[in-house]
Amino acid sequence: MSSVDDAAVPLGGAPDAAMPTPAEKPRHKASRAPRTAMQEQPAAERAQNFEEVSLGYTQEQAIAEANRCLQCKNATCIDGCPVNIDIKSFIGHIIDGEYALGVEVLKERNALPAVCGRVCPQEEQCEVRCVLAKKGESVAIGRLERWLGDFDLACEIDHRCVPVVAPPSGYRCAVVGSGPAGLACAGELARQGHEVTMFESLHAPGGVLTYGIPEFRLPKAIVQAEIEMISQMGVSIECDVVVGASITVDELLAEEGFDAVFVGNGAGLPVFMGIPGENLNGVYSANEYLTRVNLMHAYDFPKADTPVWRGRKVAVVGGGNVAMDAARTALRLGAEEVFLVYRRTADEMPARREEAHHAQEEGVEFKMLCSPLEIRGHDGFVTGIVATRMELGDADASGRRAPVCVLDSDFVIECDTVIMAVGTRANPLLSQAAPDLELTSRGYIVTSEDGATSMPGVFAGGDIVTGAATVILAMGAGKRAARAMNSWLRDR
Amino acid sequence: MFEIIHKRQLSDSVYEVGVMAPRIARKVRAGQFLIVRTGPEGERVPFTFSDWSPQEGWVRFIFMRVGKTTHELAHLEVGDTLADVVGPLGVPTHTEDVGRVAVIGGGVGAAVAYPVARAMVAAGNEVTVILGARNEELLILRDEFEALGLKELIVMTDDGSAGEKGLVTAPLKRLAAEGLLDHAMAIGPAIMMKFCAATAKELGVSCTVSLNPIMVDGTGMCGACRVTVGGETKFGCVDGPDFDGWVVDFEELMSRQRIYSDVEREADADFSKGCSCHL
Ligand SMILES: Cc1cc2nc3c(=O)[nH]c(=O)nc-3n(C[C@H](O)[C@H](O)[C@H](O)COP(=O)(O)OP(=O)(O)OC[C@H]3O[C@@H](n4cnc5c(N)ncnc54)[C@H](O)[C@@H]3O)c2cc1C
Ligand SMILES: Cc1cc2nc3c(=O)[nH]c(=O)nc-3n(C[C@H](O)[C@H](O)[C@H](O)COP(=O)(O)OP(=O)(O)OC[C@H]3O[C@@H](n4cnc5c(N)ncnc54)[C@H](O)[C@@H]3O)c2cc1C
Ligand code: SF4
Ligand code: SF4
Ligand code: FES
Repeated sequence: MSSVDDAAVPLGGAPDAAMPTPAEKPRHKASRAPRTAMQEQPAAERAQNFEEVSLGYTQEQAIAEANRCLQCKNATCIDGCPVNIDIKSFIGHIIDGEYALGVEVLKERNALPAVCGRVCPQEEQCEVRCVLAKKGESVAIGRLERWLGDFDLACEIDHRCVPVVAPPSGYRCAVVGSGPAGLACAGELARQGHEVTMFESLHAPGGVLTYGIPEFRLPKAIVQAEIEMISQMGVSIECDVVVGASITVDELLAEEGFDAVFVGNGAGLPVFMGIPGENLNGVYSANEYLTRVNLMHAYDFPKADTPVWRGRKVAVVGGGNVAMDAARTALRLGAEEVFLVYRRTADEMPARREEAHHAQEEGVEFKMLCSPLEIRGHDGFVTGIVATRMELGDADASGRRAPVCVLDSDFVIECDTVIMAVGTRANPLLSQAAPDLELTSRGYIVTSEDGATSMPGVFAGGDIVTGAATVILAMGAGKRAARAMNSWLRDR
Repeated sequence: MFEIIHKRQLSDSVYEVGVMAPRIARKVRAGQFLIVRTGPEGERVPFTFSDWSPQEGWVRFIFMRVGKTTHELAHLEVGDTLADVVGPLGVPTHTEDVGRVAVIGGGVGAAVAYPVARAMVAAGNEVTVILGARNEELLILRDEFEALGLKELIVMTDDGSAGEKGLVTAPLKRLAAEGLLDHAMAIGPAIMMKFCAATAKELGVSCTVSLNPIMVDGTGMCGACRVTVGGETKFGCVDGPDFDGWVVDFEELMSRQRIYSDVEREADADFSKGCSCHL
């Protein structure tokens, strides 16, 4: 790997080579204080607005929390992070007050720390592997990451930690999709000196970070700032280009003169349950509901032109982050009652615990162990869900106990809006127009470990390879693919 | 930003607009649509391509002023810009080897019928076009259709002010009964397509319809455009917009088209109040 590869230097000045890394210093004396709480907007208040729920640490709080870290010799936390951020080291830099160095450590592995610090499922990744977790409460790694990410974003753009860009390589790369996978890939390619154009089918970049995850969990200004940074590095972003329709992958290579292509188009096709009544007015996919609100600003209708059906009683079907986001959005749009309908119990819900907790605090009512059979309506509009009660049976292949219907337990949940958050699949729009791209039986792109697809010069990563996963995994995949693309281009 | 390079008023409330969009112009085929946004808070609204030039890099669409966005569009002039133009979207209309075909365009549906009829003529089919409108004023593109080299152009108006008085289903019935039709293609308001498809079915003539459900992204990502066809849920934007009219659930389509009617009417009224024009 070349030396620029891992260099991320704040423009404010290069790091002092003589300074000992935190690891070389004598171990600091860790504080025994409990995990530092993060301030939040009170539940009743925040359920009425779209502003961010968690307010983040102050500098004092960040220092206090960092000082709980033991700076372990064997920092097991690092193994828990999907991209192996040197957690011990970035926390060490906070302890030392060397914040810019901390940012640099984060950015070696993670292009979007302010985003991941907010949305990573830390409790099952880095934090669960922290040695303190065994004895009680882990170090709040995510919150510290967020704090450093915000510290960086608070600087004027030209004082931020901008990665050093290598001299122009003469190669041109196309990146399809501007979600976390595409952003990370584009950033890394730019850093290696390639000329990068990112193509996005929607009218705004960011992928799920823009159209899916709501403002109250991930402020759009942060996403915007990260995208600006990518532009600052020389990446050009073309929105309104649907690859597979406006242009094909083959044409990008053969006609538009790109030397390599990265495909990070996500897994955005919404799944419905296939039950009667699903096409009644008032039934939404979570994708549609969240897109109308986040991307099209339907909360501001009629100032913004796109409307959304504002239900009084809203039932959200599902138990993941997407379901939580939809339910909490419905509350903020003025719903009187919001139900979460999930077929297992709260313990099995795939949503981050913190999000489920926040949703409940705000007043979302969890209806566990029940599953919709039919949606009823009157005059074309939803009036309720007929659901059946479920119980947990034997463990299935995944080790989770499978829900089974309880006979004759049907009941009605009255509601005027139903939001289906039961998963997404691969969208065939791009792949249909790329017959040489090898796909799995379910339409996901087949790649080698480093992201190479069956088409020479075409790489892929993120949800379109793994199925719906997480922001950090998508970013990791984008970055890994960029490195493989770099080698592929230079060895050609 | 996409520059408007052409504008023409076709009737009281129908306009044609052309924009520069070279990448899109290279790809369009008859029956496909584009999505436009007028500005930063604009809605994403779909329109069918009415014409395009791959050489000159422009595309055109024809729209009827029905609500806020189309009102705004009607005010734009050559030299103004659209914030976004996306496309070409949807599956192109099947135009090869159709045989003897009736293309039926109702109201602003004539705009969609025009490129379809043109492509069908070019592919060597025997094409009859049936145009329907409430009255002569609302009849659009008549000369353009005349110039296509059709087998016949039949005009129907509700009040008899142009062509024959009556519904588009009358000539459809006649042609089918005479055994002169292999296929029908109906494009227009849902209610018209419903009756055309029912008539065609009665007479045993296959019938394609071009559906216009409410859309957001137009790329298969939201499901707003769900339609039921043959008992199965399809996404209008990526599986269509053309479907087998015999098995489309038109009642559901019409119901779903109305979901935002009330609030949109208010938004439009609000907008029109602040607008000094008489559109
Ligand atoms: C509501 C919601 C909440 C979530 N919450 C969390 C969370 O809290 N924590 C977490 O880690 N993960 C969360 N996730 C999952 C996470 O967001 C995704 O795993 C991640 O965004 C995947 O990144 P990606 O780059 O692969 O795809 P995406 O983010 O989906 O981006 C793909 C981009 O490609 C564009 N595109 C698609 N097709 C084309 C085409 N043909 N041509 C051009 N562009 C195209 C899309 O418009 C989009 O912008 C959530 C997801 C959702 C939907
Ligand atoms: C595939 C397709 C092709 C179309 N082609 C044409 C065309 O060539 N010429 C033409 O005049 N019209 C066409 N339409 C209809 C056109 O999109 C609507 O007339 C337009 O969106 C109205 O917007 P508005 O803001 O002016 O009116 P609004 O007041 O917002 O709505 C009026 C009515 O238009 C429909 N509508 C509203 N928003 C949308 C939306 N986002 N997507 C689809 N329909 C909507 C609804 O039924 C609504 O009740 C097409 C629609 C589709 C789906
Ligand atoms: S990226 Fe996510 S998993 Fe990795 S250290 Fe940061 S919060 Fe933990
Ligand atoms: S395991 Fe926990 S205590 Fe140890 S270095 Fe990592 S964060 Fe600090
Ligand atoms: S318009 Fe969103 S899926 Fe068709």
